[in-house]
This record gives sequence, C-alpha cells and structure tokens, in this order.
Amino acid sequence: MAHDHEHHNESFISKYVFSYDHKMISKQYLITGMAMGIIAMFMSVLFRMQLAWPEEGFPILETFLGKWAPDGVMDPNIYLALVTIHGTIMVFFVLTAGLSGTFSNLLIPLQIGARDMASGFLNMLSYWLFFASSVIMVSSIFVESGPASAGWTIYPPLSALPQAVPGSGMGMTLWLVSMTLFIASSLLGALNYIVTVLNLRTKGMSMTRLPLTIWAFFVTAIIGVLSFPVLLSAALLLLFDRSMGTSFYLSDIMVQGEVLSNSGGSPVLFQHLFWFLGHPEVYIVLLPALGITSEVIATNARKPIFGYRAMVASILAIAFLSFIVWGHHMFVTGMNPFLGSVFTFTTLLIAIPSAVKAFNYITTLWKGNIRFTPAMLFSIGLVSTFITGGLTGLILGDNALDINVHDTYFVVAHFHIVMGLSAIFGMFAGVYHWFPKMYGRMMSKKMGYWHFWLTFISAYGVFFPMHYLGLAGVPRRYYTNTAFPMFDNLMDINVLVTLFAIGGAIAQGIFIFNFIYSIFRGPKAEQNPWKANTLEWTTPVEHMHGNWPGEIPEVHRWAYDYSKPGMEEDFVLQTVPMKPGEEEH
Amino acid sequence: MLITLTQVMRILEISTSMRGEGQNDVNDKDNRNQGILMVLFLIFTLGGFFWSWAAWGDLLLPAPASEHGVQIDRLMAITMGIIIIVFIITQILLFWFAYKYRGQKGRTAAYISHNNKLELIWTSIPAIVLTVLIVYGLKTWSGIMNSDTSEATVIEFYSRQFDWTARMAGEDNVLGDANVRFIEGANIVGVNPNDEDGNDDVLVRGEIHIPVGQAHLLKFRSQDVIHSAYFPHFRMQMNCVPGMETQFAFTPTKTTAEMREETGNEDFEYVLLCNKICGSAHYNMQMTIVVDTQEDYEAWLAEQSPLKES
Repeated sequence: MAHDHEHHNESFISKYVFSYDHKMISKQYLITGMAMGIIAMFMSVLFRMQLAWPEEGFPILETFLGKWAPDGVMDPNIYLALVTIHGTIMVFFVLTAGLSGTFSNLLIPLQIGARDMASGFLNMLSYWLFFASSVIMVSSIFVESGPASAGWTIYPPLSALPQAVPGSGMGMTLWLVSMTLFIASSLLGALNYIVTVLNLRTKGMSMTRLPLTIWAFFVTAIIGVLSFPVLLSAALLLLFDRSMGTSFYLSDIMVQGEVLSNSGGSPVLFQHLFWFLGHPEVYIVLLPALGITSEVIATNARKPIFGYRAMVASILAIAFLSFIVWGHHMFVTGMNPFLGSVFTFTTLLIAIPSAVKAFNYITTLWKGNIRFTPAMLFSIGLVSTFITGGLTGLILGDNALDINVHDTYFVVAHFHIVMGLSAIFGMFAGVYHWFPKMYGRMMSKKMGYWHFWLTFISAYGVFFPMHYLGLAGVPRRYYTNTAFPMFDNLMDINVLVTLFAIGGAIAQGIFIFNFIYSIFRGPKAEQNPWKANTLEWTTPVEHMHGNWPGEIPEVHRWAYDYSKPGMEEDFVLQTVPMKPGEEEH
Repeated sequence: MLITLTQVMRILEISTSMRGEGQNDVNDKDNRNQGILMVLFLIFTLGGFFWSWAAWGDLLLPAPASEHGVQIDRLMAITMGIIIIVFIITQILLFWFAYKYRGQKGRTAAYISHNNKLELIWTSIPAIVLTVLIVYGLKTWSGIMNSDTSEATVIEFYSRQFDWTARMAGEDNVLGDANVRFIEGANIVGVNPNDEDGNDDVLVRGEIHIPVGQAHLLKFRSQDVIHSAYFPHFRMQMNCVPGMETQFAFTPTKTTAEMREETGNEDFEYVLLCNKICGSAHYNMQMTIVVDTQEDYEAWLAEQSPLKES
C-alpha cells in the first residue's frame, strides 16, 4: 500500500519537477524559500559589517561584492541595494511564499481531509512562477548597474529615475518583472487554497471544526487575493512611468541638471497603492505563523487551544482591519492630517484582537503538561516576539508619536521583531513539527534545542538595542552614522548588534545541517510522532498520491481534544466518533 | 568538516539506539532543562532590558526644544510606561508558565477550552486603555497640525540630491511662486522671476538662523526624489515630495547656546537630516539650524541678501 505511487509509473520529471502533488510542491516551496532566506540573511551580515565598522576594508567584502567594494570598502550604492534586496526577499520570497506556500500546500489538503488541492495544475504553475520570479530576483543582483536600491518599498521618483540612483536602471526593471511573476504565483496559490478549503472538506469537517492553521491559511489567502492585485497595478503604472513617458507618479522634477517633462502625477499615489498591499502583507506573513503556533502550542501543551472561537474571531477582525490601516505608513508624507487621525484610530484598534490572541496563547500554557519539542520552543519564542514587537506598534501607530520615530531604527526594530522574527519562528516551528510528515523522518532534537536558543538570544540581541538607536534619532537606510557627530557615541551599540547578527547567522548553520542530514539519515518517523489530533497524522508515513489509501476519513470532533477527561489517552484523533453522552467542548 | 559532523551524528545515533530510547523523544529531563532555560531567558531579557536602560538611557535625544515637542514627549512617556508594564507582565507570565507547567510523565493537563468571563475582561481592558491612548493621541496630533500660524514666519526648506537650501520669505513673509522649470543660475530653487512676492526671498545654505520663541511655518519642496526633513531635537518631520508642497508649524523654545548648556555638550548643534532614502549620499544630507536670541538673529539676518540682488 505504501508504495502505491509506483503503480502510476511516474517519471522523475513529473514526480520531482513538474509535480501536481501538493506534498511535493510544498517541499519545493520550502527548499526554494530556504535558499532565498540564506541569500537574504547573508546580505544582512554584509551590511551589518559596514554599519559596525564603517568604511573599513574587509577582504571578504571584495570577494563577494567585487567592483562594489574596492579594497573591501563597501560602496554606498551597493549598501542601499543590499538592504533593498534583503527586504524584498525576506518579506516576499521567504515569509510569504516560503511560509504560506510551504504550509498551506502541505496542510490544507491533509488537515481538511482532501486528496489534493482543487487544481493540481494551477498549484504546479504557482510554484514554477514563484521559481521563475526567484531566479529573476537573484539574477538582478548581478547586472552591470547593480540591483534595485530604492528600498523594498521602491518609492518613486527614486525607483523611476535611473539618473537618481544606478539601481533604478536594469536592476529595477528586473525587480518589477520578478514581482509581477511573484504576484501571479501568489494569486494562483491563494485562489487554490480558498477553493480547496471551501469545497473539499471531508464529511464532518465543518468550518467550526477546522484547525486554526487552516483558518489562518484560508484568511491569509483571502487577504492576498484582495490586496496583491493592487500592488500589481502600482507596479504596472511604475513600469509605464519608467519606460513609456507617462506621469502617474512624476511631476515637476529636475534630476542631474535636466528638467523632466512629466507633470501632474503624484508620488504619494504610489504609496497609497503600495501600502494597500503592504500593510495587509504584514498579516499575510504573520497569520500563517500564528496559525502554526496555535496548532503546535495546543499539541505540545497537551491542552485545547484556549478560546477557539475568540481565536477565529480575532483572525477575522485582524484581516478586516488590515485593509483600513495602510495610511499609518504615511503620516508624514503630507497626507491630510485628518486622514492621519482616521488611520491612527483604525490602527490602534488592531491591538485588541492581537492582545486577545496573545492572552489566549499564554492561557493555553497555563495548567498544561508542556512537552518542549523544538517546534514548541519556537512557538513560545513567537509569542514572546509577537508581544514585544506588537507593543511598540502602539507608538508607531499613533500619528503624534510617529512624527519623531518615523523611518528611524525604532521602526526597523519594531517590524523585524513583530513580523520578521515572529513569522520566521512560526516557519521554524512548522518545519520542526511537520518534518516527519514531509520527509518521513525525525529531525534531531538536540540540534533543534541549540538552534532555538542561539537564534532566540541573538534575535533579541540584534533587534532590542535598535529601539535605542531609533530613540536617539538614527534614520534607517544610512550607509554610515559617522556623518553626524550626534551619533558618535552610538557606535558601541552598532558593534553589539552586528556581533549578535553574525552569531545568529552562524546558528542557522545548525538548522540547515540538521535539515539536510535528517532528510537522509534522520530516524524513521512513526505515523503520529507528536500524538496529535489532526487528520494529517492519519495518513501513511510514506507519501502517496491521494493521501489516504482507502476512504477519506470522516471527522467527528474538533481538533483540540487534548487531555479530555474520560478518554484513555491525552489525545483524541478527530476521526474518533463521539462516545454516547460525550459533550463537544 | 561536514563529513566529520555527519560521522559524529551517526555514532551518537547508534549509541542512543543501543540504549534503547528514541533520541528524539522529549523526556522529563529535557522538559526540566528547557523549562529552566525558559526562566533563565526571562532573567536575561528583563536583566538586559534594565541594564540597557541604565547604560544607554543617556544616549537618547535630549529633552525637546519646541513647544509641541513637549506634548509629544509627554504622550510618549505615558505610552512607553504602559508598554513597559505590559511587556514585563506578559513576558513573566509566558516564561513562568512554560517553566511551571513543564511536562512530567503521569501528569495530565487540565481540559479548559474557554472562559467567557476571562476573555471578556482581557478584551475590555485593552479596549479601554486604547481608547484613552487614541483620544489623547488624536488631541495631541490635531493640536500640532492645526496650530495657529497667522503670526508665523514662513521658511521653505528645499531638498535635492544631496543638500538642503532654505528660503526665507523676506519682509512680506510670502514666498514667491516656484517651480523646477525656473531654475537658473543663482536661482537654484526655481523662484518664478515674474512673481513679485519672490523679490525679497532670501536663500540660505549650510546653516540657517531662526529666532527663539517665534512661531514658524515651514514649507517643504523637493527637486528630484522624495526626501524627508527630519529635525529630531524639535520632534518634527515632514516629507519633501516633488510636485507638491508640504508644511509643518513649530516654535523653537531653546537657543543653541541654552541647549549646549543643558546637554553639557559645547559642540551641540540642531541639525536637519534627510530621513527618506534618496540615493548614494542619503546618509550625509545635512543642514545646521541655529536658534538665536532675537538680537543675534537680526544681526545675522542683516548680513543676508535677497535673491533679486544676488
């Protein structure tokens, strides 16, 4: 039975390359996302070195940057390019495609009881568009005039005018082409997730019995479908301005001594369009991580997730609010001050559902019987960073306070902790937890422990001190802080941050080794190694097309019957029928 | 090295399997160790937090030097206070629960799926606190944005890659109409030569003087890409956007000399930085602002000559 797939007589290409199987596509997303993550993390180490030891020569910089680092001293233009590509890759390629692509694909069919995604072909297409966009984004690093360097938010006119910064030449064209493919990929994926969740749930799997992972992926997909097209239109208009002489974003500009003929456009329009995706994007990144955490925390605390209905309601509330807060990125753009007030109001409201989620996680631990798997450690880490980073949002979301910290390192600290760390911790938790499902083997627990603690400590070590830099007035995206005497005494903080960044980067080596080693040599996994309730653990360890050998199992209860009194074990699979007289939670 | 590591792993694997226990099963000892690490991490976080506060607290921006800056800092202190309290309480709960409820064989977790009363409480408390913050924040914001500018002196800050030019409105306190298409020779900010309001405008570069206690209405324009005029000591920031004019009103309350005394730094200067990525020299786009007493300001002003004469 376990080798059923062999009867299909699949060729190598249809099995490993252009596969329609959601489990294989999920692995493809994961590996591509990890490769992109390694590239982006390495870039961050390079620019952190420049910030800690500005304009000092490092042979390693010349090795990697070539003409952009003569004598090992980084050029300011490549500094900007590195932060731009680091941000783009991390936000879109790692934390959107790598996270959502991997786990939505893996878990949606397995946890709702479906044989595969609604459309295997679209799913395959979605991955290969993502792959093509990754290749283009990486290749843009090697063009003559350098990669895009207008920041990951690519505000025009800087991103529209090659005269203003060299990265806005060929590099920016490739960036836009890559992102266009990326958006197409993301839309195909998201539509597939939505259709699958709505139509292919097995018997008994009502929406109110869905695991929170699926709720999170489902709502994330809806957010993506509604917001990514707006980024696509923003990118297309920018493409027109760049190459066809239109003036959507350009007006009254003189650059390099030349007066441009554009008039009547507004750069602020781009920002509205960008952030109409850009803010929901934060939740596209965060919600899947929170969904994974809900599952991992409940399973490993051996306790039902606290307040299931409130968790679902808060996901929906966050999703709704995420569409009406984008203006908080634009308080000081010259937007009408009254509009700023409206956005402050809606923004601070998001703190309520977020607080509910945080309290529910903490209460799930209370009176639990916690088993510290590496996945559980990363989930607890996520709750910590989600709170720490979320709290400073109260400052940035308040327009009066934003005036003085806008675009400083305070912002860098805030979004890296609440979005970057939380999402990547969620992703690590997911990999450790579902590795047995993906590869049929176990990852090493010991290495997982080392990986977590080194990552957790260096993560706080990197981003916590940045709050002080921000409150001292240090702007982000500065090539060096040495041009202003007022920043002279902050050098020690920058060195400390860089040391933690290097340490954190090295710690990821443990994970990568553990991951690759365990694929080939990890001990064989049991069918349900974590003693979890959800449907994916009822499938055979060895992958097969269609997921279940016989009938698709029927669901009789919610996913969180852990330690239910009167049961033989401290978990009850969703497929177990209710006993006579047993009450649903 | 990879090979060595792999071999070490193999040996470990074989030796544990010989002891007859799954090396990846989490046992009571792991739970205890990880639980203790959770508590140690809590101590590390809170300790690091208080240590950094003590060590780096002095490196932050000095007290505000503008009227509205005082209001911003007050709101900031209140918000920061709330944040720190919530941060400490929640982190303690999180890591303490992780330790306290670490898994032990034979123990069973409590089956608690929800508690409406508790959930209502922790939804309402944040809602109330946030309402207070929102109302206070919006009052502060609209006070700053809608301040009375009828008596304010008008100055324009004009940005381009990679420097600032200030344009003082002159005796009529009205800036002449301007556009990049009028840029020529000394008229580097593009004042319309046919607009008489511009005749007495004064261009200043490098260092500008302003009088203490006088309300100012700052206007911002940009020549090429978006820049952001950031005056951290005045708690003031506004983007400079090509094709449109933005503004910010403020009143400086301390002269540069007073600030030098207050901070104990005799080299202290008010600075204007660019705070929106604008190209290769973004990191070094600066202008010095000198806040003078009225007499010093007038003496400085007398040395400046209007655009039409220069």
